[in-house]
Amino acid sequence: MNSKANTLLKGIAAASGITIGNAFIFSKEKEEISQESIENVSEAIKNLEDALALSKKELKKVFSLAMDKLGEKRASIFEAQMMILDDPVLIDNIKSRIKKEKKLPEYIVDDEISKYIQLMNDAHEMYMKERSLDIDDIKNRIIRNLKKKKWKSKISSDVIVVTTSISPSDTVLFTKANVKGYVTDFGGLTSHAAIVARSLNIPAVLGVNEATAIIKDGDILIVDGFHGEVIINPDEEKILLYKNKINELNLYDEKLFKLRNKPAETIDGKEINLSANLDLTKEIDLIFRNNPKGIGLVRTEQIFEEYEAFPDEDEQFEVYNSIAQKIYPENVTIRAFDIGGDKVLPVDLHEPNPFLGWRGIRLLLDNRNLFKSQIRAVLRASQNKNIKFMVPMITSMEEVIETKELIEQCKKELKKEKRSFDCNMHFGIMIEIPAAAILTSSFAREVDFISIGTNDLIQYLLAVDRGNEIVSKLYQEFHPSVIRTLTHIIREGKAYNCKVSLCGEMGGDPLAVPLLIGLGLEILSVSPSIVPLIKSIIRKIKYKDALLLADKCLTYSTEREIINELNLFYNSIIEN
Amino acid sequence: MIEKKVKIINNAGLHTRPAATIVKLAGKYKSEFFIHKDGYNINGKSIIGVMTIAAAKGSELTLTFDGTDEEEASKELLDYFQRGFDEL
Repeated sequence: MNSKANTLLKGIAAASGITIGNAFIFSKEKEEISQESIENVSEAIKNLEDALALSKKELKKVFSLAMDKLGEKRASIFEAQMMILDDPVLIDNIKSRIKKEKKLPEYIVDDEISKYIQLMNDAHEMYMKERSLDIDDIKNRIIRNLKKKKWKSKISSDVIVVTTSISPSDTVLFTKANVKGYVTDFGGLTSHAAIVARSLNIPAVLGVNEATAIIKDGDILIVDGFHGEVIINPDEEKILLYKNKINELNLYDEKLFKLRNKPAETIDGKEINLSANLDLTKEIDLIFRNNPKGIGLVRTEQIFEEYEAFPDEDEQFEVYNSIAQKIYPENVTIRAFDIGGDKVLPVDLHEPNPFLGWRGIRLLLDNRNLFKSQIRAVLRASQNKNIKFMVPMITSMEEVIETKELIEQCKKELKKEKRSFDCNMHFGIMIEIPAAAILTSSFAREVDFISIGTNDLIQYLLAVDRGNEIVSKLYQEFHPSVIRTLTHIIREGKAYNCKVSLCGEMGGDPLAVPLLIGLGLEILSVSPSIVPLIKSIIRKIKYKDALLLADKCLTYSTEREIINELNLFYNSIIEN
Repeated sequence: MIEKKVKIINNAGLHTRPAATIVKLAGKYKSEFFIHKDGYNINGKSIIGVMTIAAAKGSELTLTFDGTDEEEASKELLDYFQRGFDEL
């Protein structure tokens, strides 16, 4: 029976993009393993050697295809698979067991390799379980060749492959058939299949539990790799909606295509780490379209807009975990709730001067349970080691020490509960209050990284509320004191080997970018939609010119002189 | 026999690529080479064995070399570990 129109299945958004096409159910029969006894040992050994040789020949093909399509780094997994076929310890063991036990090679191969798979599955690390899939892949290949069976590789072109799980070699072979998308019952974001699909830009939704049970061969599917959704047999209206989305994405892609895979690097080779700020209320899609170096800032207080109440630890974990998984293997920096000031305050409180009041770390340290729920949720989501955590509105060392103690406390609790997390998760602070800027060298010794929040830093430095129309013109992004303060933070941070990044709006100002780079800033996080613009500017700058520009700007004492200098510089790089 | 303690120092840990390189390097020597971790003794010339070792950044392993060319073997392999598998 066919599924009803517009049946929606949900899974893990493993590779972004949207595709519409026909389903192709790819099923690999599980090979029956016979435990039959044998008489002729030398024939069995010969069969084993032939099967190993044949497997090697097949893998060589896959390997060269992978080198071609994926590059050396990703292809290395197949090299390791080929080495397994030559593994002296493994092969000797198998041969001597065949001689001793007089059983069919397929049984011994299955039994022997399964031992290693078991070891890997027993490990706590997620990637070890993924690695065991690779070993399973090679095991099945040898057994299939022992049974002299052909691989089912007849795949029609331009289909969406639906299968229980995909091995890395399947993923590579499918590219030959120009597969348009992947839907699987099992498999996670860190699986090779997911990584391969991402690097080939093929939309994939993995871990859709009942995909192969519900989807039938030939069903029309919409695969939305941004949201992890599969729509079975969509109606005309749905198809039109998604066709429009695809068109929009294509148009956008064309513009950015040239830049997407190029590094944010100056003409003379200085590489800048350009990441994106994630706006939880908007789509995460754009982030991936623009291929930044990870997410430099997640404003977690935006969760309140969705929940309208304090989200509990589990609700937070869901949000953080999903972001960390989507951006993997890049990093994501999660900022603790910056509540207060002009931002959502979940309690009814009227302060006479909220910007100088109860906000950021101050509010968090006064609400231990709330703060701890967040720290625990972030730690739990850090299991793949790609999360960094930072706290806003730091003024004094005591706040840093107290926060670090809380983090340690949470780690101890989680350890007791036998939950996995990254015990070396990087911890950083926002520098956005002048007092903290002055103390940079002290903080740099206590934390793993520093992130400059320019919006607040400027308004506190200049004592100007930029939301107040009467004085807003006094809010000067390029005020000489701002430039000199940034210089101080960047240099002091570097002196103590502490990474310094900038995540305020200033980083997204085309005029400011050459100056920031000249001041020695190496990590920028900007809104995802302007990643390509900022990247294009970085790629037009000479680092040594930026250094000179910064030196010059540091000699000026009015904003007007600085802006003039920046305009001159900007116009000269645009013309070239 | 030579016994050496090593620490994993690259970010990605002992993943598939360095595992393959370790086995290739070990294969050049006659000496027996074992990796010891958490009570397991893994033959360092067996790729499938080395792939079962879960060693993240910071983990400590013990390497043993035994044979006529143990000096040279330990030197080259130790050096590869200390270079962080060329991923630093």
